[in-house]
Amino acid sequence: MVHVIVSVSRFTMIMLMAGYTYYCFAALRQNISEKRQERIYKKQTRLMYGILLNADLVLYLLTRDVRILGLTLCEILLFALTLMIYQKIYDHASKSLVNNMCMLLTVSFIILSRLDLEKAIKQFAYAAAAVVITCFIPILVAKLKVWNKLTYVYGLIGIAALAFVCVAASTTYGAKLSIDIGPVTLQPSEFIKITFIFFTACMLRISTAFPHIVKTTAIAAAHVLILVASRDLGGALIYLVTYLVMLYVATRQPWYMILGILSGALASVAAYALFAHVQDRVIAWRDPLRVIDDQGYQISQSLFAIGSGGWFGAGLGQGMPDKIPVVTTDFVFSAISEELGAVFALCLIFVCISCFLMFFNIAMQIRDRFYKLIALGIGTMYGTQAFLALGGVTKFIPSTGVTLPLVSYGGSSLLSTMILFAIIQGLYVLQVDEGVKNEETEGAGRKQKKRR
Amino acid sequence: MKKQKAQAGNRKRDVEIVDLNGKAADKKNGGRRNREFAIVTYVFLALFLCMTGYFVYFVAIESEDFINNPYNARLATMADQVVRGDILSNDGTILATTQIDGNGAEIRYYPYGRMFAHAVGYADNGMAGVELLENYRLLRSNAFILTRIANEVAGKKNPGDDVVTTLDAGLQSACYDALGGYDGAIICLEPDTGKVLAMASKPDYDPNTIAQNWDGYVSDDSGSAVLLNRATQGLYVPGSTFKILTLFAYLQQERGDGGFSFDCSGSFSADGYEMHCYDHTAHGQEDLYAAFGNSCNCAFSSIGLSLDRSSYRQLCEQLLFNKALPANLGNTSVSRMTLDGDANDPLVMQTAIGQGQTMVSPLHMAMLVSAIANDGMLMEPYMIDHVQNENGIVVRQNESRQAGQLMTEQDAKTMQEYLRYVVTDGTGRSLQSDRYNAYGKTGTAEFSSNKNEDHSWFVGYAENADGKRMAVAVVMEGVAAGNAYAVPAARAVFDSYFAQ
Repeated sequence: MVHVIVSVSRFTMIMLMAGYTYYCFAALRQNISEKRQERIYKKQTRLMYGILLNADLVLYLLTRDVRILGLTLCEILLFALTLMIYQKIYDHASKSLVNNMCMLLTVSFIILSRLDLEKAIKQFAYAAAAVVITCFIPILVAKLKVWNKLTYVYGLIGIAALAFVCVAASTTYGAKLSIDIGPVTLQPSEFIKITFIFFTACMLRISTAFPHIVKTTAIAAAHVLILVASRDLGGALIYLVTYLVMLYVATRQPWYMILGILSGALASVAAYALFAHVQDRVIAWRDPLRVIDDQGYQISQSLFAIGSGGWFGAGLGQGMPDKIPVVTTDFVFSAISEELGAVFALCLIFVCISCFLMFFNIAMQIRDRFYKLIALGIGTMYGTQAFLALGGVTKFIPSTGVTLPLVSYGGSSLLSTMILFAIIQGLYVLQVDEGVKNEETEGAGRKQKKRR
Repeated sequence: MKKQKAQAGNRKRDVEIVDLNGKAADKKNGGRRNREFAIVTYVFLALFLCMTGYFVYFVAIESEDFINNPYNARLATMADQVVRGDILSNDGTILATTQIDGNGAEIRYYPYGRMFAHAVGYADNGMAGVELLENYRLLRSNAFILTRIANEVAGKKNPGDDVVTTLDAGLQSACYDALGGYDGAIICLEPDTGKVLAMASKPDYDPNTIAQNWDGYVSDDSGSAVLLNRATQGLYVPGSTFKILTLFAYLQQERGDGGFSFDCSGSFSADGYEMHCYDHTAHGQEDLYAAFGNSCNCAFSSIGLSLDRSSYRQLCEQLLFNKALPANLGNTSVSRMTLDGDANDPLVMQTAIGQGQTMVSPLHMAMLVSAIANDGMLMEPYMIDHVQNENGIVVRQNESRQAGQLMTEQDAKTMQEYLRYVVTDGTGRSLQSDRYNAYGKTGTAEFSSNKNEDHSWFVGYAENADGKRMAVAVVMEGVAAGNAYAVPAARAVFDSYFAQ
């Protein structure tokens, strides 16, 4: 009986996920009525709960661990609370984004419950704390007008925190990216992402004159170089791309972009020549099986998992994702693909793409320059990180050791990503509210332009 | 302003994908304003889609190399869900199958026992042969999807896919018998496709009882190496069969036979080293055909000395010495030819007649004659024709592949004439038949000073009036004289193949 449920669930979960993904894009379609959109979001929510219940049922039947049932209940309550906050309290929030955030958390909870229940429980606690902390962020973003005045505060905090970790790490061991504060381990580079975006947006809001750009670039480069010095190349790349995109959109100067890409390329070549760990990543990427005992071990294990799982997956609990090193963080996608199937994994990629598109869409609609740049920065950062994480474990690009936002295990990453999502929600609410105000004050008598 | 109103109108809606190219936005300023956004969005989308495309490609195609890797711990568990498929000959005869005994245990059964031992291999105590080569496909099920779902729901194993080889059961039997009680190997290739038609190696083992006899096989220190597939992994002194390469090098260097003429007195000396012809026979006045046909050691020693040593070696490397063979047959040995520019004369003389330090595998020699037969084009040897599901529906078809033009068509045709001369007027006369025309070269390789431990060689091919062709390499170890062993074996193999 258990076997039947495990086998059937392989297919039902893929169907539920495929349905969810379809609605992600169906809701983005033009010429779709508001009512229909609302219905779609309701369906998405139901599909999400369906996946969670289905997976946790399988996991419970396989392990008979009652903690799974308790965790499931807590997860459902947390999602219900989150959806309520963003539907009832912030009634202008982007429901598509809330759904996607919850969906990515669902996948994270499922795969972590499968891999390591202790970690799943911790991740749930982080998520619950993050929901509580971040539920105030949209209102703070919308009401406080101080955000664009703290330019150098952001810059100073960013550089100081990154430098502190870099120095602390060099005095301890290896590429340590976290610091311990009592029982909590913090990874500051995750939070500095936020101040970095705010810093860049402030600077570019003030002016896009050349001398000012030089100053901005110098401070941004300091962030990136400190990360390189801490051997966090994936992080450095994310910061760099985010800065370049924000600079390009703010200045509309393709030359900045081209120069930035060229210097980035030069820096990559230099990094390849200078650092053995960069060479290792590239060697492993080019032919992992040739160096399987050495540099290629991680990526080979990841690809064994993805390949052996095939299109429909081995089924939850039926694969060997434990063979993959750091499976709960960097290689979580491989475990998902192995057990839930490549089709499910593909859907997950499309959910990430849909998140990215939503971020950019919101950024595009915002009129205020500062907020627009913030939304753009968040979108770029999310897109880059998702791309590096997914591309790295599938051998599309050399692995950079980046986590998949909201899905990988890790409190700092989870909290910082949820803060980014909440900021975007704040900006979205602000933008829609402004629209409403404008309509009320001066909208009368003017012909309404269709945007379709 | 207009834009704000529009947003107000949609205030409870999520934003749409609009403005990607700026058209839908306010034409006056929005069009330009969002162009950079559009570019960045498209670049990211393109990157994501390329990655998605690669992921699909990986799962569909490239992943097989990874799944089938011995480091993949998951392979072992695939057998828990799938009943290992059958291995079949080219006409569907079962060479390996999985039987369920009274206790429900699976037993791998090989109906032909020792005959296909090295070709088909074993899947117990490790793996070899087709069992190893196709391990992954034998453990994969492409049975009808509803059957599979039904099996999975019922908790039953799925039937694995069957692997259909290029092996010809009749010909394999002829090869196995032709080796008789001698150690050695016979490999048969189809020159125009590269298909391995038969592959026999002795000493052999019974794959049905490999587990019971395993300790004996691996601890055996008599040097007989039962588990070694001599056809692909054995390395032998090539003896006179290597004169094919010396002849070819000479023809290349002289751009023709150069009016070659040699008076053989039965022995030939240079630099204080004396070379004898077989049995000290004096062949008298010979042209190049006669020297090759008689397998005249004296003439070929002198030819060897006339060759430029480094281009001689280069030419051998062009003919696949000192490099991995382009064959899809699992592990194969690399043949050796190490003559360099400052080799001394005695070594050159020995090398020219196939002694010295040169070593070849039977597969390599079969590939060379196969390329000559195919007008210079070498087809990559392979032994898996296709993979089919339990109902015989093909799930993967292997096509023959060109490995490269080893020599020009003209050169190949010239070589064909020399190989034919061996059968019409030379040491291979006993291969004359009215059913087929045989071509080839005989050889006796001196393996040690003991004359009774020579290796007997024949490499060549035959074709009949219908254009049906087969290339063969025969090597038999520890015999007294070349022609009496390998040539009759080759004859038996040709007779069997062309009788069909």
